[in-house]
Amino acid sequence: MNDFSYTQAATAKEATGILKDQPTAAYIAGGTTLLDMMKANLLEPPQLVDINSLPFKGIEQTKDGLRIGAMERMSAVGEHPLLVQQFPAVSQSLLLAASPQLRNMASIGGNILQRTRCGYFRDAAFPCNKRVPGSGCPAIAGDNHNLAILGVSESCIANSYPGDLSVALAAFDAVLTLENQKGKQRRVPITEFYLLPGKTPQKETVLEPGELIVAVTIPTATHAQRSTYLKVRERSSYAYALASAAVGLDVQGGTIRSARVALGGVGAQPWRSREAEKVLTGQPATEATFRAAATAALREAQPRSENGYKVELAQNTLVRALQQVAGA
Amino acid sequence: MPADLVTPTDAPQPEDNSRRSFLKLSGGIVGLALAPPLAAQAERLTAYSKTIEGATDLTLRINGQVRTVRAEPRVTLLDALRERLDLTGTKKGCDHGQCGACTVHIDGQRVNSCLTLAVMAQGKEITTIEGLAKGDELHPMQEAFLKHDGFQCGYCTPGQIMSGVACVKEGHAKTDDQAREWMSGNLCRCGAYANILAAVREVAGKA
Repeated sequence: MNDFSYTQAATAKEATGILKDQPTAAYIAGGTTLLDMMKANLLEPPQLVDINSLPFKGIEQTKDGLRIGAMERMSAVGEHPLLVQQFPAVSQSLLLAASPQLRNMASIGGNILQRTRCGYFRDAAFPCNKRVPGSGCPAIAGDNHNLAILGVSESCIANSYPGDLSVALAAFDAVLTLENQKGKQRRVPITEFYLLPGKTPQKETVLEPGELIVAVTIPTATHAQRSTYLKVRERSSYAYALASAAVGLDVQGGTIRSARVALGGVGAQPWRSREAEKVLTGQPATEATFRAAATAALREAQPRSENGYKVELAQNTLVRALQQVAGA
Repeated sequence: MPADLVTPTDAPQPEDNSRRSFLKLSGGIVGLALAPPLAAQAERLTAYSKTIEGATDLTLRINGQVRTVRAEPRVTLLDALRERLDLTGTKKGCDHGQCGACTVHIDGQRVNSCLTLAVMAQGKEITTIEGLAKGDELHPMQEAFLKHDGFQCGYCTPGQIMSGVACVKEGHAKTDDQAREWMSGNLCRCGAYANILAAVREVAGKA
């Protein structure tokens, strides 16, 4: 790990001000992604700005929905009664992620900004268009068994966000509150926060330089209350998703009134499937409907040499998640 | 290392790290008696907190004792414990937050000390495996690991025990399945899981 200086910022203005003067500095909250990557020499910031004292805290009911401060920890949020009651899928996405130790450390903002687990990105000895733009992508013809099949490009097939929380947030229309270096706040739906790789896989989000995540707000909805997050892994716990599904249904009299679907583990970004939702809405809550939705969700899949299994796996994961919610 | 890894854009890097060297020179009186070219920058700087550079004396509260360690900001709590404070009970396994061997408690919560900076653990209550026993009287979790033979080589054991103590306290060891799930951040390459589970469940039953 490189040497660096350390500053504990007392306010957002101070934190963003430091990054204005020192654009290569990095914010640190839980540190679980940042320090891990610094130990692998993938990041070498000359200064760390500790943002844990910033007042981006609290979990509270607002007129827009449940508002969660970006500095809250995964463990506290995952077991919070308001989240468990109103957004079971979001709660599950947090508690099925990482380990208890990491969940005690990792902040919500940091989770949303976690980086890909693509082995080529994480090994500085390899070319990688995301890490060194223009250097190439060995994953396309290499070890891609855990990489993405939706939204990928000829430059990058990484699942840029490998985690769980943002998948559930994408399903339920969560909105991020961001604060820039001028102290100005803006709201960005999480479905518009991540960028597809295209020809610029190094650009992963719409965050401006030095901009901070302040909070995430999830609008209350019937389909969010009746929801689940199903995660399929190579082992039963403490692993990234090969495929996952965050789904919510509002079923009345056997007919689906509204549906929300997002997939994890298979997309270049958390993969909201409006195609699947369209197939589900207005239809009977039966396995035939769920199968049709799963087919629609994976229609654009572009599997490579080793991740073709993900097409069927993601379809079956989605069908089972929908069955679980419909039967609930 | 390309700048785009550090910030999400192509923001230009300043020609020097003037703010840092400036802060270092001016210490606690930044903003006073400045040359005109620096005045605008100094206005922002006046509000800044102290920046720590290089080795400084860090004060850590470990197992109820106040300890001082001279270390750079990049020193992890794990390395401070093992290499500087002679508290080698906490183990270094993967050093990347994947194995749990380095588990300690900070303010009562289990964390990976390999991904915790010592400088950021100041002002908090740190408990390591050395802090569990009361003199010769072992903690009930330590007793249970002995009774159930919850180890083979023993390297993961301090982390398992620290995680087990927290797991029971959190109320996450009420069934075998729940305890397995909530102990999953601690790997055991010898495969002593069955006995580790028995130890954790026994202590949970008495809690």
